[in-house]
Amino acid sequence: MEEKKGVSIGLRRVIAYIVLILISFFCLIWFYILIINATRSNSELSSGFTPVPSTHLVENWTNLVKGTLPIVNGMINSVLIAALTALLCVYFSTMTAYAIHAYEFKAKKAMFTFILAVMMIPTQVTVLGFLQLIDKMHMTDTFWPLILPSIAAPITFFYLKQYMDSTLSISLVEAARIDGAGEFRIFNTIVLPLMKPAIAVQAIFTFVTSWNNYFVPALVIQSDKKKTLPILIAQLRSADWLKFDMGQVYVMIAFSIFPVIIVYLLLSKYIVGGVALGGVKE
Amino acid sequence: MKKRSNVVKYNRWGYIFLIPFVVVYVIFQLVPLVTTVGNSFFENYRSGLMQVGPNWIGLENYKSIFSTPDLWQYFGNTMIMWVMGFVPQILISLLLGAWFSDPTLRLKCQRFFKTVIYLPNLIMAAAFAMLFFTLFADTGPINSILMQIGVLDAPYSFMNHVWSVRTLVALMNLLMWFGNTTILLMAGMMGIDPSLFEAASVDGATATQTFFKITLPLLRPILIYVMITSLIGGLQMFDVPQILTSGTGDPMRSSMTLIMYLNKHLYSHNYGIGGALSVFLFVITGILSLVIFRFTDNRKAIK
Amino acid sequence: MKKKVISALLCAAVAGSMLAGCGAQQAAAPAAEPAAAPAATEAAAPAAEPAATEEAAAEEAAPAGDEGKVLNIYCWNEEFKSRITDHYPGYEEVDGTHGKMGDVDVVWNITPSDDNAYQNNLDETLLKQESAAADDKIDLFLVEADYALKYVDTDYAMALKDLGITDADVSDQYEYTQKIVTDSNGNLKGSSWQACSAGLIYNREAAKEIIGSDDPADVQAAVADWSKYKETAAKAAEKGYTMCSVNDTYRTYSNNVSGKWVQDGKIVIDPNMENWVNDSMELVEKKAENTYDLWGDDWAKGKKPEGKIFCYFGPAWFFNFCLDADQDGTIANQGGWGFCEGPQAYYWGGTWICAATGTDNASLVKDIILTMTTDKAVLKEIATADADCVNSKSVLADLAGSDDGNLDLLGGQNPYAELAKGAEGIDLSNLSPYDQGCNEEFQASMKNYFEGNASKDDALAQFYKAVEEKYTGLSH
Repeated sequence: MEEKKGVSIGLRRVIAYIVLILISFFCLIWFYILIINATRSNSELSSGFTPVPSTHLVENWTNLVKGTLPIVNGMINSVLIAALTALLCVYFSTMTAYAIHAYEFKAKKAMFTFILAVMMIPTQVTVLGFLQLIDKMHMTDTFWPLILPSIAAPITFFYLKQYMDSTLSISLVEAARIDGAGEFRIFNTIVLPLMKPAIAVQAIFTFVTSWNNYFVPALVIQSDKKKTLPILIAQLRSADWLKFDMGQVYVMIAFSIFPVIIVYLLLSKYIVGGVALGGVKE
Repeated sequence: MKKRSNVVKYNRWGYIFLIPFVVVYVIFQLVPLVTTVGNSFFENYRSGLMQVGPNWIGLENYKSIFSTPDLWQYFGNTMIMWVMGFVPQILISLLLGAWFSDPTLRLKCQRFFKTVIYLPNLIMAAAFAMLFFTLFADTGPINSILMQIGVLDAPYSFMNHVWSVRTLVALMNLLMWFGNTTILLMAGMMGIDPSLFEAASVDGATATQTFFKITLPLLRPILIYVMITSLIGGLQMFDVPQILTSGTGDPMRSSMTLIMYLNKHLYSHNYGIGGALSVFLFVITGILSLVIFRFTDNRKAIK
Repeated sequence: MKKKVISALLCAAVAGSMLAGCGAQQAAAPAAEPAAAPAATEAAAPAAEPAATEEAAAEEAAPAGDEGKVLNIYCWNEEFKSRITDHYPGYEEVDGTHGKMGDVDVVWNITPSDDNAYQNNLDETLLKQESAAADDKIDLFLVEADYALKYVDTDYAMALKDLGITDADVSDQYEYTQKIVTDSNGNLKGSSWQACSAGLIYNREAAKEIIGSDDPADVQAAVADWSKYKETAAKAAEKGYTMCSVNDTYRTYSNNVSGKWVQDGKIVIDPNMENWVNDSMELVEKKAENTYDLWGDDWAKGKKPEGKIFCYFGPAWFFNFCLDADQDGTIANQGGWGFCEGPQAYYWGGTWICAATGTDNASLVKDIILTMTTDKAVLKEIATADADCVNSKSVLADLAGSDDGNLDLLGGQNPYAELAKGAEGIDLSNLSPYDQGCNEEFQASMKNYFEGNASKDDALAQFYKAVEEKYTGLSH
């Protein structure tokens, strides 16, 4: 088989490698620039880009740590919020998707259409109504308004529903029912594991979105101890001229990217693993 | 009889499993949403610290947003920049997906490549934009490279020309989101039964045939998902052009998107116009999503 | 909740008994907390208060309710916090956002200004000020000049005289710093420790080449008004120099307008803004000015000799912190800049302290404002320790007359005499609450014209559109 088409496959492989290497370059160059910039002082940064690292990395870092911004707290808050958000989001979105996928009930069609419609509503305007609401609920300056709404995430739901359509077979669920398993247990022990790749994908997306979110947290969180990293970065950038230091900003950006990279690498093994996990065989 | 009642009993769980979503949705989204739609019929804004309204004005807000062709211009800008970013994005994603799932190609370092493509999405848009500004400045490295190899005589101001700004916006969106799309497609492809590929290869199908006859059709639900969510994301395009043009959408608002326009009205807390714009966006998104659904359904029927 | 109801009732009661309480001022919540003993001593407000009986009544009411346990300060960065930490006697830092002044807990509410988050947050809190519990009420908040009037011209900011701060207390301050925070009834409602008068910072080498001298007096003569400035710019362009960016000169024009941006709900373009557009276009066409945005990489090139920029426009903080004197190869590093007043007097920057109506810490607020913005010893300390150009005529005069004011990056020149003279000359009678939006949008829209992407009329049309979007209800 392979021998017959050896030449063309060889050529295709070469093309594939060239394209992949190019793409990787364009994906990684940004991290290189960020790290280079993190090693440069504020005045060096203002004189434009150079590809050569400078010597101020440690200095920038100590300035950042010595400053009054609670970056360690920020890191903990960001991890806490993003992790809980991702967890709640994927768990309950899978549950919602499963409800629509596996059961027959009257409101099913209506519910599905409704959730899809919800997905099309821009978040920008509801944000202001949302703020008034959480204020009435006395949730200002708490993490709840940042975490809880992720339970109802139409976009995540939609993906999981689509994924179930193409992979999750009802026969498996029925087999489990015959074995006497309860519905809730079936969901937790059979459905969730089968959805691992899709859940991992959405967990990453949700985690990253929450991690990088600035707009809503900036309006909800006020006390320093509760601030997340993007707010602290914004605060660093709007520092007064006496303290303004882009070197610190870049160090902080680099610092705040590491945890997401780790989370991504941990979860991505479910997605990028060489062997396909395979669907449920019909 | 017994079986039927059992099914009913199971199906009750459909409702139970929906409870968390519905409860959270109603509290955190429906209430603000209803307010939003309701607001579109009121005059309701803030002038400095003084609240004006809410006063019922019927459809005045809608009349006001449709009174100039601006809205359609911003809609056009949004679609142009979305298409400029999305077409290459979906093509690259499908190509990569096809390569990664092609058993005959046996690419090495797959793990590395698959991991790398999503990384740009981890960088905050604001941080990304800072890097873009540095790279594409008149005196920045891109200009100096282009001048050194003789493409340009004088620095080209990327931020002052309609199509270069649009291209940069599309490019940044592409870089940030193609990994996302590829991962979605790959996860979808992993759900496909591997024996199908084996069977195809035994039957002597070429890689192209396998891709179009097996992979694509089975990926359909995920593809629809990608199309629709990208479209919605595209229509709601905001952060990248907002930051790259400092919120102005210049030159002459040729890169102003609908949400950027909406955002302008939020500055004075103009919930009335804001609500009307949201309803407009909702209708447009709904129509376009329906078109995609129809389009993909037809293809299924033909097949 | 219960506490809230009680304090609301008390508010009503107190407000009622005050009868002619001034404006929306409230002496809230005092009874909700045990009235502390020191209130009596602190209540000794300035005896020589030549105020009307009304104000005297308010005065007495204020200290009576004066022992709030929490002082809430709203700001957008750490500048004021570090000034307080370093220079306010008796301030103890507890952590990043908490401190203590005697028995009072100080709470810093810092919201970054990105995406307008600071003002959004401040607006929401101020609008709830009346119903908030005493310890949640804002006591102090900071504003910048561009939007100061938005707050100052409302009842949410307290007149300084109601705190017991007299005209005599602030007489050493520059007039323009007071104009910015004076409401339409003539009440002074804020105070600043900074006087950011600005001038023209020129490249001495370039000045020698273009004008034939780098002496501040000669350079000043060459840029004394806008027509001389344009002549010099034309010469600079011949020698291969660019004067600066159109955005550098903007503030100089916009500070010297003859009318407000908004008059009777209509947006008005002042003749001097027209001049900025026409002069700038002329110079851009001659390649004597560029259109770079401030702070960008391209704009920053002029900090080095090879950037071929003649000048920047800026105040003291600008040359102290934005010219990168610490870096090899910059003009500042070689002491190559000079300073003169430039074509017209103007200012750039500064932070104003306002007292929020309803504060339950009136006497502490008063003391903070007095200490930080009028105490000459403190201001001198700030000037020397933080290189701030302080809001005190006598301190600036001291600096102008001493070698402390000589700056290496200006080749040893002492700029304080020029800075002080500039500060005297600033006339800001034409501010409006819409300045921030109008200035931002005007610069952004006109860039389209300068860059050749639009005709002047189209660019102006876009300006009107953008402002009317930002400030609903305006027209042109």
